[in-house]
Amino acid sequence: MKLHRIELTVNGELDRVDVPAQMTLLDMLREKLMLTGTKNGCAAGECGACTVLMNGEPVNSCLVLAVECDGSEIVTVEGLAHDGQLDPIQRAIVEAGGVQCGFCTPGILITSRALLDRNPEPTDSEIQEALVGNLCRCTGYQRIIDGVLEAAELEKELAHV
Amino acid sequence: MINALPKLPEFEYIKPENISKATQFLSTHAGEARPFLGGTDLFVQMRDRAKEAKFLVDIKGLDGMNDVRFDPVRGLTVGAAVNMNQVIASPEVQDNYPLLAEAARSVASYQLRTRATIIGNICNASPAGDTIGACLLLDGELNVHGVNGPRQEPLKDFFSGPGDTKLKHGDIVTSIRFPIPPEGLKGTYIKLGRNRLSDLAIVGVTVIGFPSANLPSGYIFRLALASVAPVPLVVDRVESILGSEVITGERLAAAAQAAMDACTPIDDVRASAQYRKLMVRNLSLRALTEIWNKVKDD
Repeated sequence: MKLHRIELTVNGELDRVDVPAQMTLLDMLREKLMLTGTKNGCAAGECGACTVLMNGEPVNSCLVLAVECDGSEIVTVEGLAHDGQLDPIQRAIVEAGGVQCGFCTPGILITSRALLDRNPEPTDSEIQEALVGNLCRCTGYQRIIDGVLEAAELEKELAHV
Repeated sequence: MINALPKLPEFEYIKPENISKATQFLSTHAGEARPFLGGTDLFVQMRDRAKEAKFLVDIKGLDGMNDVRFDPVRGLTVGAAVNMNQVIASPEVQDNYPLLAEAARSVASYQLRTRATIIGNICNASPAGDTIGACLLLDGELNVHGVNGPRQEPLKDFFSGPGDTKLKHGDIVTSIRFPIPPEGLKGTYIKLGRNRLSDLAIVGVTVIGFPSANLPSGYIFRLALASVAPVPLVVDRVESILGSEVITGERLAAAAQAAMDACTPIDDVRASAQYRKLMVRNLSLRALTEIWNKVKDD
């Protein structure tokens, strides 16, 4: 089987990985780089558990080939916290009770992070629309939405410090 | 044992340097090579063994494929690799073709739209394609690069069946061009899914309307349907019904009935054919009335 040597930045670190053409970004993260925070829910782009940032934009990593990521910058849930400090979206989702079984959480955090990056003060309905591709079977979503609103507040406060 | 999450089968990944090489490779390997853009549908179908390919040819990096260009005379050109979120966010699209942005916004989720493209939606040729109705009614024309060089394909003759198009081996759609829309054009896309956001269309109704002094009614209305025929369907009778006489509630209802009569839906996991037919009439009336109220007050 032919392997492709790709170079990419994952959570700020440069990685060189040899991947077969059919390996998805999701499988490369989990099986080659051992970054198992990103989850495989449906493998069809519907549940959002595998969402990561690719060059700053959220993608379903189950529907991206690893070989397509040559030269890209990837951020997974493992890359959200910095210097031992949780990202504001992580803190807010935890505090709001937006985590129950936790399987959808990595995808929810990444999608929400991307939303706050492009829209720092989202409304309820903007959050709902942004999270439509992230299924959660535990929380009923309200606490997740509360968490995203709280994170927006938190970031506004941090920006003023 | 059934593997609930099968992986993609083996294939080779090809990233050609230029369009000629891409076309050449695809025609030389006819039947075993496929071009791909976002892969959001192709990868799922390959995973499920519904489609196969020995070679996948990544055409996203080719020159001009990532551009959105607007010209006040030539209109809008959207490169094949421009993703749906980029289309939605484009000021040129928002200002001049808001219907296209509205239709794109109804597709799946934000993260899927980071990869999904308008051209992919068209070439996939699913009768359910959400953006196809807007592209048809806005008179989209595809720029295609084939073995004999570039050519144009009007979208209205492009679809030949579910998943089937006029494309031949070696053809690559490089962009879609929309002419400047008629003055006063209003449009809407009403999508019925199992949930309000993100699902595939059970029925999709796209309507445009604009003033036209040459017609007895003074207006041209056009309507396209998704998910209720083997191909994305433009119902020509809507245009004649609403062009030939002064528009009234009865004429709008007659046009909606014509849309229902024209469609040929099937029963599937998402809805029955009968339900689809009735919803085509209801949603067509809703969409036509919405646009009528907008154009007559404009």
